[in-house]
Amino acid sequence: MTATSEEIFEKVQAALVDALGVDDDEVIPSATLVGDLGAESIDFLDIVFKLEKAFGISIPREDLSPEDILTNSQYVQGGVVTAEGMAKLKSRMPWADLSTFEKNPRVQDFGNLLTVKDMCNYVQSKIGE
Amino acid sequence: MRWMWVDRFTEFVSGSHAAGVKNVALDEDVLDGYCPGFPYLPPTLMIEGMAQLGGILVAQMFDWDKRVVLAKVGKAEFLAPATPGDQLLYHVKLDSAQENGATATGTCHCDGKLIASIELMFAFLEDGKFADGPLFKPGDLGGMLRLMNMFHVAVDADGKLIEISDKL
Repeated sequence: MTATSEEIFEKVQAALVDALGVDDDEVIPSATLVGDLGAESIDFLDIVFKLEKAFGISIPREDLSPEDILTNSQYVQGGVVTAEGMAKLKSRMPWADLSTFEKNPRVQDFGNLLTVKDMCNYVQSKIGE
Repeated sequence: MRWMWVDRFTEFVSGSHAAGVKNVALDEDVLDGYCPGFPYLPPTLMIEGMAQLGGILVAQMFDWDKRVVLAKVGKAEFLAPATPGDQLLYHVKLDSAQENGATATGTCHCDGKLIASIELMFAFLEDGKFADGPLFKPGDLGGMLRLMNMFHVAVDADGKLIEISDKL
């Protein structure tokens, strides 16, 4: 881990500790925001505000919540994301590790996809813009 | 009971900050049962007062088009109780706002001392979620803001008085 990515992790960790009321040691790279850290939908807005402030970036809503893709019948059939939908998700969220989700891409599981590492990668991609 | 936890707006600058006064009185029902024998304003209602100032600040900034609700209280610190006879001076500053919500910080001073500080997050209700249509009946919010003297002090960023919107 380079100094920069360590710094990003520390700030992301601080934002999550603050927003979710969890302990530092719970916020490990592999932890999922919803399943492991207990984030609820309203917490994501809080996390967005905290990351925007911490890093001086702007986070458009569709970046972290691709609801437009997941509710589009062109990309979802029978509650499962199609190959075309997966391609769209990957292009929208190149910073997210979608490999596990891709094996069984049920829309209902998408909410518990993002990990702390994904958030760090996302911030890294925004800073690099 | 009227759900107004600010007695009077004293300052309102669009998109920036708002301030108001809350007088704590012994005849308020809410003081009776909260801590029998030691009447004081429940801290949650200090939060509500500051959230009302902040919520109006946010709603006005978006020209009253958003359905603004208090979504989260990030931090809240209370340093002293607000007891009957106290005059509370609330000050709420808008920190950030975007398409889905806004954040603000609030303070409460009494007799020159800081007695509370809070962080607030507001969210905008989307159509179809929780409830459709406006949160207030026509005229209700405008009437409430008039009672609180908001339009006596509300100015835009250039210092020009804000007029009562038709949307209220």
